[in-house]
Amino acid sequence: MTDYTAYGVGDPVADTKAPDGPIAERWDRRRFEAKLVNPANRRKHTVIVVGTGLAGGAAGATLAEQGYRVVQFCYQDSPRRAHSIAAQGGINAAKNYRNDGDSVHRLFYDTVKGGDFRARESNVHRLAQISLQIIDQCVAQGVPFAREYGGLLDTRSFGGVQVSRTFYARGQTGQQLLLGAYQALSRQIDAGTVEMHPRTEMLDLVVVDGRARGVVARDLVTGRVDTYFADAVVLASGGYGNVFYLSTNAKNSNATAVWRAHRRGALFANPCFTQIHPTCIPRSGDHQSKLTLMSESLRNDGRIWVPVAKGDTRPPNEIPEDERDYYLERMYPSFGNLVPRDIASRAAKNVCDEGRGVGPGGQGVYLDFADAIRRMGRAAVDAKYGNLFEMYERITAEDPYQVPMRIYPAIHYTMGGLWVDYDLQTTVPGLFAIGEANFSDHGANRLGASALMQGLADGYFVLPATINDYLARHPHDEVLADHPAAVAVVAEVTARLDRLLAVDGDRTPDSFHRELGELLWDECGMARNEAGLRKALGRIPELREEFWRRVKVPGTGAELNQSLEKANRIVDYLELAELTCLDALHRTESCGGHFREESQTPDGEAARRDELFSYTAAWEFTGTGRPPVLHKEDLVFEHVHPTQRSYT
Amino acid sequence: MKFTLRVWRQRDAAAAGAMTTYEVDGVSADMSFLEMLDHLNERLILSGDTPVAFDHDCREGICGACGVVINGQAHGPERTTACQLHMRHFRDGDTIDVEPWRAEAFPVVRDLVVDRSAFDRVIASGGYVSVPTGSAPEAHATPVPKAAADLAFDHAACIGCGACVAACPNGSAMLFTAAKVVHLNALPQGAPERESRVLDMVDTMDAQGFGGCTNTGECATACPKGIPLSAIGTLNREYLRATVKGRGNRD
Repeated sequence: MTDYTAYGVGDPVADTKAPDGPIAERWDRRRFEAKLVNPANRRKHTVIVVGTGLAGGAAGATLAEQGYRVVQFCYQDSPRRAHSIAAQGGINAAKNYRNDGDSVHRLFYDTVKGGDFRARESNVHRLAQISLQIIDQCVAQGVPFAREYGGLLDTRSFGGVQVSRTFYARGQTGQQLLLGAYQALSRQIDAGTVEMHPRTEMLDLVVVDGRARGVVARDLVTGRVDTYFADAVVLASGGYGNVFYLSTNAKNSNATAVWRAHRRGALFANPCFTQIHPTCIPRSGDHQSKLTLMSESLRNDGRIWVPVAKGDTRPPNEIPEDERDYYLERMYPSFGNLVPRDIASRAAKNVCDEGRGVGPGGQGVYLDFADAIRRMGRAAVDAKYGNLFEMYERITAEDPYQVPMRIYPAIHYTMGGLWVDYDLQTTVPGLFAIGEANFSDHGANRLGASALMQGLADGYFVLPATINDYLARHPHDEVLADHPAAVAVVAEVTARLDRLLAVDGDRTPDSFHRELGELLWDECGMARNEAGLRKALGRIPELREEFWRRVKVPGTGAELNQSLEKANRIVDYLELAELTCLDALHRTESCGGHFREESQTPDGEAARRDELFSYTAAWEFTGTGRPPVLHKEDLVFEHVHPTQRSYT
Repeated sequence: MKFTLRVWRQRDAAAAGAMTTYEVDGVSADMSFLEMLDHLNERLILSGDTPVAFDHDCREGICGACGVVINGQAHGPERTTACQLHMRHFRDGDTIDVEPWRAEAFPVVRDLVVDRSAFDRVIASGGYVSVPTGSAPEAHATPVPKAAADLAFDHAACIGCGACVAACPNGSAMLFTAAKVVHLNALPQGAPERESRVLDMVDTMDAQGFGGCTNTGECATACPKGIPLSAIGTLNREYLRATVKGRGNRD
């Protein structure tokens, strides 16, 4: 019998690009040491960018401004719709406009600590440095950030930090930053420097002589599969949260681009580091297609509780005070309802597992504003949270002013992703990964308002500076469309689509995706243990086999076929899910978003095991259903010394 | 709940389309309109039929991908996007008509999916501030009065869904174009390109096949983000001003 939990251990992997020396000077040094491409020669280089979110949109616009020829793809009908648009809260920057003790070093420190000491110091420090320029750039683009009456930028504080460094545009910061990048990209499209392919999905990577030289992509309207060549390929295709089916990601966000790159040789790092957001609207039934997040600022004034007694089905207003359990306030008296995301999420799961959850299926806890309304008055609550209350009421038909909100955690962000070095280059030369698609900056847990910061840092400032070095050092001949490597990839992509259409079974693609997602959520969600992970690792190959036997994909490949798009993405989820569980099984410590029940402190908190696991796990693909090979990148902490988190 | 759906089916841009009737049973009041369509599609796949194609992505009302005409109204009876419209706003047993956006500038791609790339071309012709990465001054170098920042935000909230065009009897994109012009022209950062922006965007808008504005106001009523009708007045004023003043610094 096949052992689905087996894996090999290969040579360690190291980041050879980060300079040594004082950490604050490393980025300057790297930019100086990197070779440049003469401005007159840049137009001879083509760079492919996959995705148009904050990272991809910013990178495409910037590379084109610098004179490169950019060929860019997105599966949406317009580059303006990438899922960065849904980010609500804000973007961090160490501007210290509040004079409250913030600095580049403090943002660096907070991010390394918040990531539970599983991120690379050099990368995080650079991120904190660049945060300053991002705000300047976005303001100059006309991003309408919130302002004070004096005309200066407003900031607010966000979970896990003690300074006010989060810039925001009402509850739509992601939308406004993305539109800024989209508009900059549009200017280049109009100038003819970016060749934009909307409604076109990358389905595979073309590697020629060991270097990334292009992609195979499908026109989603005509079904045509084409090869596009370039001197370098940049993946900005986002995270893989949709492997869980129900997540806060957009429905079509998917892992195909990164997974196909992984299959072509790019190591995949820390797939088990997934972030669960505690304040989402619970599912209302089996028809649920996605989950909606509400800003966690709600926890500033809302009180979280469940009934003391199991199976108490009385309406919340009829449950007296002494029969309510404000469990976060009880367990964490000093932080109360404001404990970090992972702790709040896990506590909600525990009370629901005990049978004390509320709402449909008992999968929810109350977030109650009754005290806040009494204390602050309805008008003040409305001014602070009105838009969130309205959104909640629209979805649930319940008025949070009258009855407590119900919330439940949901998958929200993936810290893991393609392994990259300091230059954001993967282990396939010429293939770069930026934004959520890479693993680089957030360790095992991402702080609020840091995803937008990283996406824009990578896209506007890091990649455009580092890709020069690669292009200057590796002049390329043109690859012709009939190159055997390209022809083989096209044949493989086409064969897979044909095979999906040919099965003609009796189950819909979505039914498999739901089943996989439920399995992953149960066994590799908020809390993981060895037995559960082994169970999932046994079940996933069976599900994969069943998928190829029973899936039903209607229509043909030569037309707009949304069922075919879905099914093709599920093929990759069925492999990625397996690696995620294996990574979670091998990491027998708890850290950040990864909680192993076997690794707890006596009072039930996450116990990190630095002596064994202070490394990034970078996995090498060896074949579907075959044991992958683990390459470790040791993490060295010279500036921030690992400590155990405590919130009691 | 149970509904009779009459859905526009059209194989591709070149084919003729027609309304097709489906009975949908087992609908929950908590389903969004798009989840109801998912529910229908799951059944169509299993019965060997072709599922209904429709655009959607974030399903939380911000990406602007979704949009269908429901019983003659863009995004349906509530002032929101189709993904945030729930079936509890319909009566059990209702007959519901579902059609794609209808506008000359938005050709049908398939079923309920239309091509809105004309919007992208309007933005590309001037809906930006020319500021290459790295060239920005310090963010606090230019204070922006709060009123101007708020006005800019109110108009920047547009999600580019196209409901305004679908609701307009002329298929006009004035509200969409106006939203971007007001957003950028309200800010000091947008001032250097103030005239060229409005002239180029309006030219492109006309060239893309959008109709003229007759001040019907349906656009602002259909807008899920509440872009005010006054934006169109500002657009007209900006256009007139730019015509008189000339293209400004750009030429």
